[in-house]
Amino acid sequence: MAALTEEQSLIQDQARSWVTEQSPVSQFRAMRDSAVDVAFTADNWDAMVKMGWTGILVPEQYGGSDLGYLTFGVILEEMGRQLVAAPLYASALVGASAVLLGGSEEQKQQILPKVVDGSEILSLAVDETPRHAPFQTALQASASGDGFVINGSKTFVLEGMAATTLILAARTSGSVGDRDGITLFMVPANAPGISRERMHTFDSRGFANIRFEQVAIPADAVLGGVGEGADILEGTLDRARAGLGAEMLGAAAQAFDLALEYLQTREQFGRVIGSFQALGHRAATLFTSMELSRSCAEAALQAIDDNADNVAELVSLSMCKVGDFLHEMSNQVIQIHGGIGMTDEFDAGFYLKRARVLEALYGNRAYHRDRYACISGF
Amino acid sequence: MSESSEIQAFRADARRWISDNFPPSLVGVNLSIDEEPGSEVPTDLESWRQRLAERGWGVPTWPVEYGGAGLSHPQAKVVAEELSQAGAFNHIPIIAGMGVTMVGPTLLEYGTDDQKTRHLPRIASGEIRWCLGLSEPNAGSDLASLSAKAQDKGDYFELNGQKTWTSGADISQWCGAVVRTNPDVPKRDGISFVMLPMDQEGVTTRPIRLISGASPFCETYFDNARAEKIDLLGKLNDGWSVVKRLLQHERQSQTSARSSVGSEKPESLQDAAKRYVGSNGDGTLADADLRLRIADHLMASQAHDLTVDRIRAEAKGNVEVSAVASILKNSATDIAQIKAELTMEIQGSQGLGWEGANFTDEELANVRGWLFGKATSIYGGSSEVQKNIISKNILGLPETTQKG
Repeated sequence: MAALTEEQSLIQDQARSWVTEQSPVSQFRAMRDSAVDVAFTADNWDAMVKMGWTGILVPEQYGGSDLGYLTFGVILEEMGRQLVAAPLYASALVGASAVLLGGSEEQKQQILPKVVDGSEILSLAVDETPRHAPFQTALQASASGDGFVINGSKTFVLEGMAATTLILAARTSGSVGDRDGITLFMVPANAPGISRERMHTFDSRGFANIRFEQVAIPADAVLGGVGEGADILEGTLDRARAGLGAEMLGAAAQAFDLALEYLQTREQFGRVIGSFQALGHRAATLFTSMELSRSCAEAALQAIDDNADNVAELVSLSMCKVGDFLHEMSNQVIQIHGGIGMTDEFDAGFYLKRARVLEALYGNRAYHRDRYACISGF
Repeated sequence: MSESSEIQAFRADARRWISDNFPPSLVGVNLSIDEEPGSEVPTDLESWRQRLAERGWGVPTWPVEYGGAGLSHPQAKVVAEELSQAGAFNHIPIIAGMGVTMVGPTLLEYGTDDQKTRHLPRIASGEIRWCLGLSEPNAGSDLASLSAKAQDKGDYFELNGQKTWTSGADISQWCGAVVRTNPDVPKRDGISFVMLPMDQEGVTTRPIRLISGASPFCETYFDNARAEKIDLLGKLNDGWSVVKRLLQHERQSQTSARSSVGSEKPESLQDAAKRYVGSNGDGTLADADLRLRIADHLMASQAHDLTVDRIRAEAKGNVEVSAVASILKNSATDIAQIKAELTMEIQGSQGLGWEGANFTDEELANVRGWLFGKATSIYGGSSEVQKNIISKNILGLPETTQKG
């Protein structure tokens, strides 16, 4: 585990000041109140593209800066602190990772420069059931002429309403639950036969349910090999989870800061409430949890950058430890604030709502605890 | 990460020296024999101690003039790795008692040149074992309320009172003690830190038997015991700042969740679980509930180790004792206690033995470790005291304990 490099520290400073000045949580609140279907603002998105954030993972020959996952995580943590809603993560981390892992040279040349300039927004459509289960893919891709015809549906697709290109996990052989027989496809989101419906989750983000009816796609839409998508999918998901850990850590860290400030200033019984030992100890416990989970989140991102052989283990560790901290912290930020924490006018509720959605996105703690045990051989 | 050529050369040197000097007869030797009063030290072990001491490797990061080797932290890490690789060990920190981990670092910071020259080299060589007289029967977590007193007798202080939990007092040659030198001021302002030899008429010790059986802990009684004025560490009545620093070093030394000496890799918890509990057809542990709790424990342990590494990396190799030590002490303590509980649960009735041939050595060792481990969240500042420190020193919350 390394400390941040000088470059990463600079990017962190830049991200922190941009997020706090240009996209604080009040902006997220305004977006929620405006009830738009595409859950982000165009100005924000343009600014992120200009700062180069969409190209962090993309090699230079496709227009990016190739700075790696830990650097991306540094930005996501800052965005998580202010609950910035933008397709950056879905497109430039999750989507770009799938293309980088599975794409042909031609596919990379075709799509990556557009991810970097923001004209394309990628979104991974993986789950079909209420609980994360990547190999439960039933979405059917049947060979037809030179290409495929796709039928079925996907749910809980992050930025599914904003996406211009969908990366789909579909089944070309085998049965539901099999690792083999899954194929990834890259499909324009407006292809005939695709219908999208906003999934109004309580975090006000842009999730979608997507239906596919007789969607005809050419053979060159396959990402990687036919029937061999599971490895790419798993690699993509682990990169997605590592990034998610950073965003979750950021949200939880900000909730911690909010709670700590309240403990230091709120007075009851003639003294600040942080002087009560029950609350001081609770803050100490939460702080300990934050420090431990930060190590896990950073280690998972670093392992990807290092091409280490224990990426899956560290990613599931990060999902569990950061998940533990975020879950508890998002409850405590309300409890510690008392009545004010319950009001919509105060931001604590946003952190609670974002927390539960992020916890569920690519496998909850139970999923990753089980996976960690399997990886550990028992 | 690849090593610099400088470190590589250092590593090769270290490896060569160990292979030339470490007696092969000591591989796998039981080091705890030294803990028993009056036990004979094997000749090879004694000569290995002397060679380590000459090389300065008992305390590799201490300055050369005080018996160390003046190594950087990365170099010291290489030495530890190479020793372990060769099945060798540095037992000087063990036989010096509290000397290497606590007294030495505090002496380096607060000691006079004379004190450092007289005391440090013999700690570094493992010749002198130190104990610490801190807690008293009525001063545990509230250490500052201590009442053992030292009276000024001109050249020396005369000590009277009782200390408890003095680890290794019955086999130590020197003691660092906190004593009251001024009873008429607020409790933290009238304390001094003195050093005194244990082999004198005014000092008696009595071992304490614990729930786990025999223990290194003692009661220590001062009846007109004598501490020389030149062995006052820090200023008169400023002992509280010395002891706070000492306790930071103590926490620092208790932050490792890994067991220290010993070259043989112990069976992993999950392997032990499969052996005792059995597996399902798909290789998962037969007890699904236990399986997830073991996974939780393994993750907590890995998160702890990653945090130690991260804090070290962020400090660029110079790990300063700091408030962060409180986090790591609590985390290490929790993990070790839970591991002992899980091991017992895994072993079922075989995990409940006190003695006898019906139980393996490992089973019995876990029982003793489980019982003794209950002390780890009490000594060195209890878990609750550590949380007070975190909330006050790191988080800046108002002090919750009473000042006096």
